[in-house]
Amino acid sequence: MADAKRVERPLSPHLTIYRPQLTSISSILTRITGNAMIVTALLIVWWLAAAAAGPDYFAAVNGFATGFFGDVLFSLSLLGIWYHYLAGLRHLIYDAGRGLDIPTAEKLGWACIIGSVVLTVLTMIIV
Amino acid sequence: MAEFKLPKNSRITTGKTWPKPEGATNVRKFQIYRWNPDDGKNPRVDTYFLDMDKCGPMVLDALIKIKNEVDPTLSFRRSCREGICGSCSMNIDGINTLACIYGLDEIKGDVKIYPLPHMAVVKDLIPDLNHFYAQHASIMPWLETKTNRPAKEWKQSIEDRKKLDGLYECVMCASCSTSCPSYWWNSDRYLGPAALLHAYRWIIDSRDEATGERLGELEDPFKLYRCHTIMNCAKTCPKGLNPAKAIAEIKKMLVERHV
Repeated sequence: MADAKRVERPLSPHLTIYRPQLTSISSILTRITGNAMIVTALLIVWWLAAAAAGPDYFAAVNGFATGFFGDVLFSLSLLGIWYHYLAGLRHLIYDAGRGLDIPTAEKLGWACIIGSVVLTVLTMIIV
Repeated sequence: MAEFKLPKNSRITTGKTWPKPEGATNVRKFQIYRWNPDDGKNPRVDTYFLDMDKCGPMVLDALIKIKNEVDPTLSFRRSCREGICGSCSMNIDGINTLACIYGLDEIKGDVKIYPLPHMAVVKDLIPDLNHFYAQHASIMPWLETKTNRPAKEWKQSIEDRKKLDGLYECVMCASCSTSCPSYWWNSDRYLGPAALLHAYRWIIDSRDEATGERLGELEDPFKLYRCHTIMNCAKTCPKGLNPAKAIAEIKKMLVERHV
């Protein structure tokens, strides 16, 4: 061992080679939608702040928020909120020690994804 | 912190393409991660071709065939060839499993083989498992008792023994821990699914008398609570065990201690 030179061992690849799993994707989506909602919240604050700042500025911001770009942004946010809500419910079920076998966990994953789309469409029809 | 990019010395380069077997009609392509500690180069992915008419059914059969007939420098761990020793765990076709019990017919297209993810590589498909074993040792994987030794043996009812089913079968292959993104980013402090499954195996053992200490040891933001129920562990376990469930049970017991 005395003359053994120290070799920097490489780190084996991880994210790039691991096949995405329904359970892992639905888990990371929870985090992504959660963070995206912070951005949406900031946009809403901006909109409210604009209302407080005066009619001219509000008109400009309101034009953006209710325009095509704003519509797309808030529709996606709606999807994010619904997804995050459903995934939160799923986490409650998990925390109770239930639904942790793979078939049930995968069903719950699909339920979050499909459910959030359905609820988003329903919300858009109603509102 | 999560470090998504591989360090400079770990980025994979294109490797050697080995010759195709002559006169074979049923040829399959294998892409295998290689790293040689002695040549000072980055890891690479080598391409091999095998005649599937002359190859056994499992991924391990193919690896042994490559080592015997194509490239004797290919290194990997293996021993029992029946899924009980846990040596040949590696990343095959994007999931962690045991090469000896994973059928080549379960893989579509080319066969891609990497070492267990996010581990220091000793050589080729051999990861350094020292830290993984140390984490296992840290959960006291033995029976802890305080009362006097019984004259004959520590007895257990059939019902209590049944609680260990689905836990004692773990062969410590590290497939689950190295499939877990949380373990990838926090393995310095997070124990990972394998060690936690073993922790639970002793926590619910009716004969063990250190349940409180065991739970107390795990009540830590990192050791246990880096589990975010991503479930890659249960999905990938080659023995069909469910570490995610075991971890959830530990979390429940910790909550119950406080109410």
